[in-house]
Amino acid sequence: MSAPGSALVERALTIAARRAPDAGAVALVREVSEAVVRWANSTMTTNGQTVERRLSVIMLVPLEGGTGAGVATVPAPTALAAGPEGDAVLEEAVAGAVQAARRAGPARDAAPLPAPEDGAGAGSSGTAAWDDGAGETSMAVFARLAEELGASFRPDEASFGFAEHHVTTSWLGTSAGVRRRWVEPGGSVELNLKDPATGTSVWGGEGALDVADVDVAALVERLRDRLPWGRRRIALPAGRYETLLPPSAVSDLMIYLAWSMGGRPAQEGRSAFSRAGGTRVGERLGPLPLTLAGDPAAPGFPDLAYTPVLATTYSGDEVSVFDNGATTGRVEWVREGTVATLAYPRAAAAEYDAPFAAPTDNLVLTGGEDATLEEMVASTERGLLLTCLWYIREVDPTTLLLTGLTRDGVYLVENGEIAGEVNNFRFNESPLDLLRRVTEAGTTERTLPREWKDWFTRAAMPPLRVPDYHMTSVSPGR
Amino acid sequence: MTSPVTRAVDQDFLALPRAALADAALDAARRGGAQHADLRVHRLRTQHLELRDGRVVVAADQETMGLAVRVLRDGVWGFAAHVDLTPDTAAATARRAVEVSGTLAALATERVVLADEPVHPDATWVSPYDLDPWRVDVADKIALLTERSTALLAAPGVDHVAASCVQVKEQTFYADTAGTRTTQQRVRIDPDVTITTVDRAGGGFETLRTLAPPVGRGWEYLTGTGWDWDAELAELPELLAEKVRAPSVEAGPTDLVIDPTNLWLVIHESIGHATEYDRAIGYEAAYAGTSFATPDQLGALRYGSDVLTVTGDRTVPHGLASVGYDDDGVAAQEFDLVRDGVLVGYQVDRSFAPRLGLGRSNGCAYADSAEHVPLQRMANVSLRADPDTDRPTAALIDGVEDGIYIVGDRSWSIDMQRYNFQFTGQRFHRIRGGELVGQVRDVAYQATTTDFWGSLEAVGGRSTWRLGGAFNCGKAQPGQVAPVSHGCPSALFRQVTVLNTGSGS
Repeated sequence: MSAPGSALVERALTIAARRAPDAGAVALVREVSEAVVRWANSTMTTNGQTVERRLSVIMLVPLEGGTGAGVATVPAPTALAAGPEGDAVLEEAVAGAVQAARRAGPARDAAPLPAPEDGAGAGSSGTAAWDDGAGETSMAVFARLAEELGASFRPDEASFGFAEHHVTTSWLGTSAGVRRRWVEPGGSVELNLKDPATGTSVWGGEGALDVADVDVAALVERLRDRLPWGRRRIALPAGRYETLLPPSAVSDLMIYLAWSMGGRPAQEGRSAFSRAGGTRVGERLGPLPLTLAGDPAAPGFPDLAYTPVLATTYSGDEVSVFDNGATTGRVEWVREGTVATLAYPRAAAAEYDAPFAAPTDNLVLTGGEDATLEEMVASTERGLLLTCLWYIREVDPTTLLLTGLTRDGVYLVENGEIAGEVNNFRFNESPLDLLRRVTEAGTTERTLPREWKDWFTRAAMPPLRVPDYHMTSVSPGR
Repeated sequence: MTSPVTRAVDQDFLALPRAALADAALDAARRGGAQHADLRVHRLRTQHLELRDGRVVVAADQETMGLAVRVLRDGVWGFAAHVDLTPDTAAATARRAVEVSGTLAALATERVVLADEPVHPDATWVSPYDLDPWRVDVADKIALLTERSTALLAAPGVDHVAASCVQVKEQTFYADTAGTRTTQQRVRIDPDVTITTVDRAGGGFETLRTLAPPVGRGWEYLTGTGWDWDAELAELPELLAEKVRAPSVEAGPTDLVIDPTNLWLVIHESIGHATEYDRAIGYEAAYAGTSFATPDQLGALRYGSDVLTVTGDRTVPHGLASVGYDDDGVAAQEFDLVRDGVLVGYQVDRSFAPRLGLGRSNGCAYADSAEHVPLQRMANVSLRADPDTDRPTAALIDGVEDGIYIVGDRSWSIDMQRYNFQFTGQRFHRIRGGELVGQVRDVAYQATTTDFWGSLEAVGGRSTWRLGGAFNCGKAQPGQVAPVSHGCPSALFRQVTVLNTGSGS
């Protein structure tokens, strides 16, 4: 049904070159094909199969005193790539972006567009033929899930969840000669089981490139193993507890940490990564040699790999539209326990004499021991085992103090065994402080972030042991 | 410069082949065996302007548009959407929706029934605004934001200024097999200015943000209609300086007078979401969460004190959730949720009304874009002011011996059953002997919803009532955002738990 985005990119760049020959131009076409199914109370609630496509034109216009940037995004129906009506829309989009750039004035993040010689040309891993069409998905990917899920519904248990699969195809072209097309599939299954007899609620989720690879029957069984833990209820007050954070909970905290690592805010003194007279780069956080890195190649976790090319339609403290087409690489945000890198667009990197580092599309925390979460439970005398975290929000940006809730299973561990299910808590904690205080990290595994999954899915984390996790109040919510 | 006032749906949206798309989609759905089907053409235009320290960082225009078809066949939903706006694609998308319904029918153990609703054959609605933001030159907008940024940067103690303005125009065409056809256009705007002071030597920083809420208005909102920008911006630097000098709060149970600029968000989280019927019966259990306010407690649950009366409405002028018709084709209306402290109602759409035993929907269906299915989303959920006495905020403060007056929203978090919450704010003014005696800092307040609303002693009068709101209320998987407003007066709460976020106590 879809025309290749390459023709649209070329047409937009041709019009841009005619309308503003001195300007830099970027054209990005993104098509998302998506299939979703959701269920609650053991019955399907919503579903959908959708195709969305849009074109963004970014014009980088020379002005007195610098270069201005303007962005125009329009829907990209098939008709946009053909005929005079489509051309009229493209002309208007380019003109709008040029006008916005002129009105905006010289941008602080201005830099020459990266040339393909920088490594952003065709042929790298993840780059398919420029003129190929878009990838597609359909409801057919849920055939296995529908069968296994339907079979799992039981009258004495309530099942809730969501499964999605998407294929995103991107075509990026720039006036500097970059031409890239890449296709990124992804999907996930999340499952929440509730036992009406005890009120116990358990959650688990898995990400996969192909949602058909998720073994839903096995996921159901894993969660059912936890339901009996809710038969013994233990009320505990607020306080500081030795706490085992499973990989999903760790991922949500580390994602927020990474999102807060803008270089400019730190340099300007307005971030938790600022300190008197400079930034926290070089500061040793804690005794464990933990490394938090993003890497397009995702060594050890091939499903987390992503295409190493920067494509963005907005500028901010961490990214710049002037960097479209730049090759991205491995970034170690924290290296062996020490703050190592902050995010800088190329212009800010030059301004502050720091390396160019774009936010990474995956995050992997390594440096722990070989222990699994089960082994860490076994070696715990008394502590809490969490399932996941929820409703995480920043309370104090100067320390990166966050608040949030535990969700779908807090368990008391006594003498290496699960003693029962504990009430939920509200916590107030800073991920920076947690890295300072963590006493044990286990083996790193792929995980699904519960809180930030809508924005960030590619994560691999170890379970962590924190000796004094701060639960500030009890939540009666379950 | 600027063009005359416009209050009609834009011609370029009216020029779309709406009738042909509807006929093609609905006919294909009927042929596919659907008992109900609807087509929605949904366009969103967004302009985002953002300045840092007086320089433009973002000047971006975005438009998304597509068509969506929803079918109900044998009580099972099917949904599909596509970016191509042709009759052929509309028909193909309808067939796809029928196919989706059939493919997954085995997972549907319950059958959906829709409440009957009056048919609105050719309805048009446009939100009230004076100046269409798309008729104002972007140069004029940037000039205004630059001027305000520059003035603030020149003020003592202000090291950084972030100024932004997001403007949205949302247009929908809805047609269903019963014969309802609605065309709507609404405009909303979210301006925001934040100033920062940095302690280079000590290594800390502090910020203060404007209180102007996002509203359903046009560009006139930036130039004096509905908000006094000059007055607010003029006092911002001194308020920030006072905040920086302020002592850290003493933790413990504290009497609070909460300004509407802060309280709207508590209403949103602890009443708005908790009275969504789909949440209350578990539809969001795996994601956004459920509600402690379950339907078996309707008419009996003591939600708060006697002065707590809360309505849902989609009609209030300039409300972000205000529409003419919802995305089920149901006319906008107002209804009670909490009356005299007791839970008396829920927000529903056409599919949930019959489950609750209601004959009609109260009009809360909304989809945030063409590629997403309509859901029960939040009406403007608002707290009633004192109907008898127009009590000013100062009178509420006067009733507090030792407490805090909280202004502006900042951090928020609430659990999945809407019990336990924590909020912070922009400013916290110490109350001593009924008087404001300077700011304190590091304040967060925590409570359980029913305890908090039970501690509500008094509300301010009509003159203190204001709309707050947000563009980004999140719900559902795949995630959808919805704009929503909440009106409320100032209010007095007794002995709410206050935390010191600096010390963690």
